[in-house]
Amino acid sequence: MLGSLDARIPAGSLDSKWTDHKFSMRLVNPNNKRRFDVIVVGSGLAGASAAASLGELGYRVKVLTYHDSPRRAHSIAAQGGINAAKNYQNDGDSVYRLFYDTIKGGDYRAREANVYRLAEVSVDIIDQATAQGVPFAREYGGLLDNRSFGGAQVSRTFYARGQTGQQLLLGAYSALMRQVAAGTVELHTRSEMLELVMHDGRAVGVVTRDLITGEIVSHSAHAVVLATGGYGNVYFLSTNAKMCNVTAAWRAHRKGALFANPCYTQIHPTCIPASDDFQSKLTLMSESLRNDGRIWVPLAHDDGRAAHEIPDADRDYFLERKYPAFGNLVPRDVASRNAKTVVDEGRGVGPLRNGVYLDFSGAMARDGEAVIRAKYGNLFDMYERITGEDPYTVPMRIYPATHYTMGGLWVDYELMSNVPGLFVLGEANFSDHGANRLGASALMQGLADGYFILPYTIGNYLSDFLGDPALGTTEPVFADAEQAVADEMNRWLSIGGTRSVDHYHRELGKLVWDYIGMARNKTGLEKALSEIPALREEYHRNVRVLGSADTLNQSLEKAGRVADLFELAELMARDALTREESCGGHFREEHQTTDGEAMRDDENFTHVAAWEWNGEGTPQTRHREELEFENVELTQRSYK
Amino acid sequence: MSAEINLTLKVWRQAGSSAEGRFVTYEANGISTDASFLEMLDIVNERLIEGGEEPIVFESDCREGICGTCGLMINGQAHGPQKGTATCQLHMRSFSDGDHIVIEPWRATSFPVLRDLAVDRRAMDAIIGAGGFISVNTGAAPDANLTPVPKETADTAFDAAACIGCGACVAACPNSAAQLFTAAKVQHLNLLPQGQAQRWARTEAMVETMEAFFGSCTNHGECEEACPKEIPIDFIAWTNRDYIKAKVKNRKLVG
Repeated sequence: MLGSLDARIPAGSLDSKWTDHKFSMRLVNPNNKRRFDVIVVGSGLAGASAAASLGELGYRVKVLTYHDSPRRAHSIAAQGGINAAKNYQNDGDSVYRLFYDTIKGGDYRAREANVYRLAEVSVDIIDQATAQGVPFAREYGGLLDNRSFGGAQVSRTFYARGQTGQQLLLGAYSALMRQVAAGTVELHTRSEMLELVMHDGRAVGVVTRDLITGEIVSHSAHAVVLATGGYGNVYFLSTNAKMCNVTAAWRAHRKGALFANPCYTQIHPTCIPASDDFQSKLTLMSESLRNDGRIWVPLAHDDGRAAHEIPDADRDYFLERKYPAFGNLVPRDVASRNAKTVVDEGRGVGPLRNGVYLDFSGAMARDGEAVIRAKYGNLFDMYERITGEDPYTVPMRIYPATHYTMGGLWVDYELMSNVPGLFVLGEANFSDHGANRLGASALMQGLADGYFILPYTIGNYLSDFLGDPALGTTEPVFADAEQAVADEMNRWLSIGGTRSVDHYHRELGKLVWDYIGMARNKTGLEKALSEIPALREEYHRNVRVLGSADTLNQSLEKAGRVADLFELAELMARDALTREESCGGHFREEHQTTDGEAMRDDENFTHVAAWEWNGEGTPQTRHREELEFENVELTQRSYK
Repeated sequence: MSAEINLTLKVWRQAGSSAEGRFVTYEANGISTDASFLEMLDIVNERLIEGGEEPIVFESDCREGICGTCGLMINGQAHGPQKGTATCQLHMRSFSDGDHIVIEPWRATSFPVLRDLAVDRRAMDAIIGAGGFISVNTGAAPDANLTPVPKETADTAFDAAACIGCGACVAACPNSAAQLFTAAKVQHLNLLPQGQAQRWARTEAMVETMEAFFGSCTNHGECEEACPKEIPIDFIAWTNRDYIKAKVKNRKLVG
């Protein structure tokens, strides 16, 4: 059993903690770094930046990714931008303001010390990326341009057209490939981590499966770094890439790593609604569209008329009606929940009645079509490509979709989990966004963790093991883990059921969306806790995985991932049920103000819930990390 | 408006890199024109699994046209008939009821088939490793606004950097050259002030690594037609210019 969780936050004032801590941490001298092996799982912003930086320092690094190239990682799909407290716009930004906005945006459920450090290093990220050649948008004078983003009153977002994630990842990937070519980083593509290997209570390696040959391989190291992204695909339909999954984090959880705040998931309000049952994923349309588009649904239920036939008097601009001050620009969670409400009332639009209109006709009449085309042309083209409808003549249809997950493996101030030697970076950890992430903060966190935090903190851990070689992969702990993977493959292949993995994934996604989606309540969550295990039981009994384990077998890959999502889904329900308050992305219908706003319970829930695995069939144990707010006063958000 | 169409697919099936491959015909009936091309294949695979047959292996990830994982030869065209569109963004409304569709993997010696429609594109990573970077260690960077970059320069560098590394240029090229991919990456960095220090070494190393793995460019221009990001072959011209200069400059440096 664990005691109360200690995040090992350094003493001192908020603005000196990281500086002082960097000085107090032990170092590994340059000649000794080459004696340490570090495994990095994942090659997105966090993983690639960490691996490149560790390689530059001289550590022996091994990168494991299931992609065919590190450049494919899902960071590549991030559109909007990356925040940094540069204050290049002279509009009053500062490290403290970025810290404050992030804490408030996270609805006061993140750690002050972590978030402050994030804001501090944000400025270095922009310098680093620019030096790498990331083509950020520029002003005519040649200096960097910024835009504003939700949840902030300053312009601090750096961007590269609508492809900021792509450009930042290509920067980190180029730094990584430079180290691969230099021989400091060994790159293993198409290698999926399926077991975390522990020895004497420490993480000492992982076991992977080669996705082409099926070979099961042990990798040993002095430390293991997981940078394996979020779990949004538990909903099946999300804006995540198809392969995103929770497996690496979940397998670590099953070995003792605590999983924190799984119920904190973020729903993005402006996605293209599903068009049919075969829909494989949802596509995000940039939030910036809400600057000029007006969101509405018909006043009448089941209004069958086309949009242009519905006169203004028969339309309900529901966000403008309910939130006159912010109107269509309310935060993501508020916009999403209100869209759900009108669709649930039977006022949704489109063939499946599953969307709301985002209408640009007013903006086009005001500014002219050319202006709208210049601002949003690429988004309108993308929309037309997907839906076959022309948004210049027919209003867009949008609906919320899962986009990001704030929960993840619990880590301390040094980004180490409760398992010594296991570090967790980026979306895979829970650390910086509290109950809700602000736009343009995911890229910032991934790169902060990888470039500027882990390279310091990992040395503090490794310095204890100077002179100790990494455990040999012939040790029994590795053989046992390899056997576990082999057994798992055989188990999937021998079930011989009738339905595909995707079928069950889709069914699971529906349950999670219905009961642990944008709004949750006790009845629904209790249903989830009975229906998810029942479906999981059927999955393990009736899934059909054809073929063999010694070839490229995509059904087999997915089988294990979906099994882990099933277990995660149950934990999400349990976490959501236990958290008797509404905060950020976690909205409990029982806890709202009379006009439908989220109501936190600071007295009882100003803490992180971190769950400990107790073995299959036994519910996890809930541990708490109390959150201390020494600098920021907790207030209720209002956007009226 | 959406409609349902019936299609006949001729799909390349190959059990492994050393196995003999062949075309197999599948009927894909009742496909909504709102489905994406890959969702159409998802449906076919679902039916194959239900019928006890192993599904067709094809790769994809983001399905938003940005990660570069997907890529199929569709009726002999890399990424299919829609210009400037990756396979995952191609929708079935580009096809008609009764169409026959031939689906093949990228065809290139340097992209060995792994299984069915999946190929090994690691040679592209090798080109990046040869010089597709600016050597700046973490922490060593000066303030980002220290060096102004003209907006036009930054925009053009971005046009090159938009490459998603899918390999369509290689698949479309009669010589299987990766010249457009290489040129896009070379020019992204060569155009920027930050990239000048290594400009000549980078150009020579990347072009020659490309030549070591892939065929040579003879200016057919098929790559530009196939590129889902519509990257212009001007970047190839500029890279050829830089390469000639590099051969002179690099020699001078050592000699």
